[in-house]
Amino acid sequence: MSTTLLDKKRPEFKNIHVTQIVRYRLPAGSVTSILHRVSGALMFLALPFLLWLFDLSLISELSYVRLATVLSGWFVKLVLLGLCWALLHHLVTGIRHVLLDLHIGIEKEAAARSALWVHFISLPLTLAAGLKLFGVL
Amino acid sequence: MAANIGPKRLVVGAHYGLRDWLAQRITAVVMAVYVIAFAAYALFVLPAGYEAWAGLFAPLWIKIATLVVIGVLIYHVWVGMREIFMDYVKPTSVRLFAYVLTVLWLAACAVWSVQILWRV
Repeated sequence: MSTTLLDKKRPEFKNIHVTQIVRYRLPAGSVTSILHRVSGALMFLALPFLLWLFDLSLISELSYVRLATVLSGWFVKLVLLGLCWALLHHLVTGIRHVLLDLHIGIEKEAAARSALWVHFISLPLTLAAGLKLFGVL
Repeated sequence: MAANIGPKRLVVGAHYGLRDWLAQRITAVVMAVYVIAFAAYALFVLPAGYEAWAGLFAPLWIKIATLVVIGVLIYHVWVGMREIFMDYVKPTSVRLFAYVLTVLWLAACAVWSVQILWRV
């Protein structure tokens, strides 16, 4: 009995399902890329909140004092810390993107290294912002 | 391209060109320059307190510069959000609805920032 090519069980490659994402090990470049999106979307959603804080800071001496009380809550501080991370990460990955577009560090190893460096720069700056926010610095 | 012509034209597509790609980078550079200069000044030069902070936004040129950067930011956010919707939201009607909400959201933010800046 002979089997034709068609009878063989062929391997199937389907789209990645959401539940499989956690089992995929993304390269560093992909991680910074997806975080660039996440941080951008977060800042988009927070835009009215930030404008409200900006408004409070400028209307009058009274609203300036009110801003200080708003900022004294730990939850608001946590949200602002998250937004500080979003801005710093977005800014640093953005600079990396522009450099890549100018064909600087475009080789595989260099690009993988710079994708890690993004965190080495943005995370300590976020930490510094956090220390300042929570009054340690 | 031929598949997208006439009645098959993708109404939620992106002009299929270089313009937005380039605009995204130019707006990014403008914002980066403003943010870094502003943060450095506010952190290391500006005295604490309401007087100095409100005084910073008093001159007309700084109001205009800030508003221009906000305008540039809004264009940047529009291109970025549209890109996210194009990748993850497939049905045309839902995507168009998301676009409309985004534009209204950003337009409201733009108008509000004029009010904030010109009240000082």
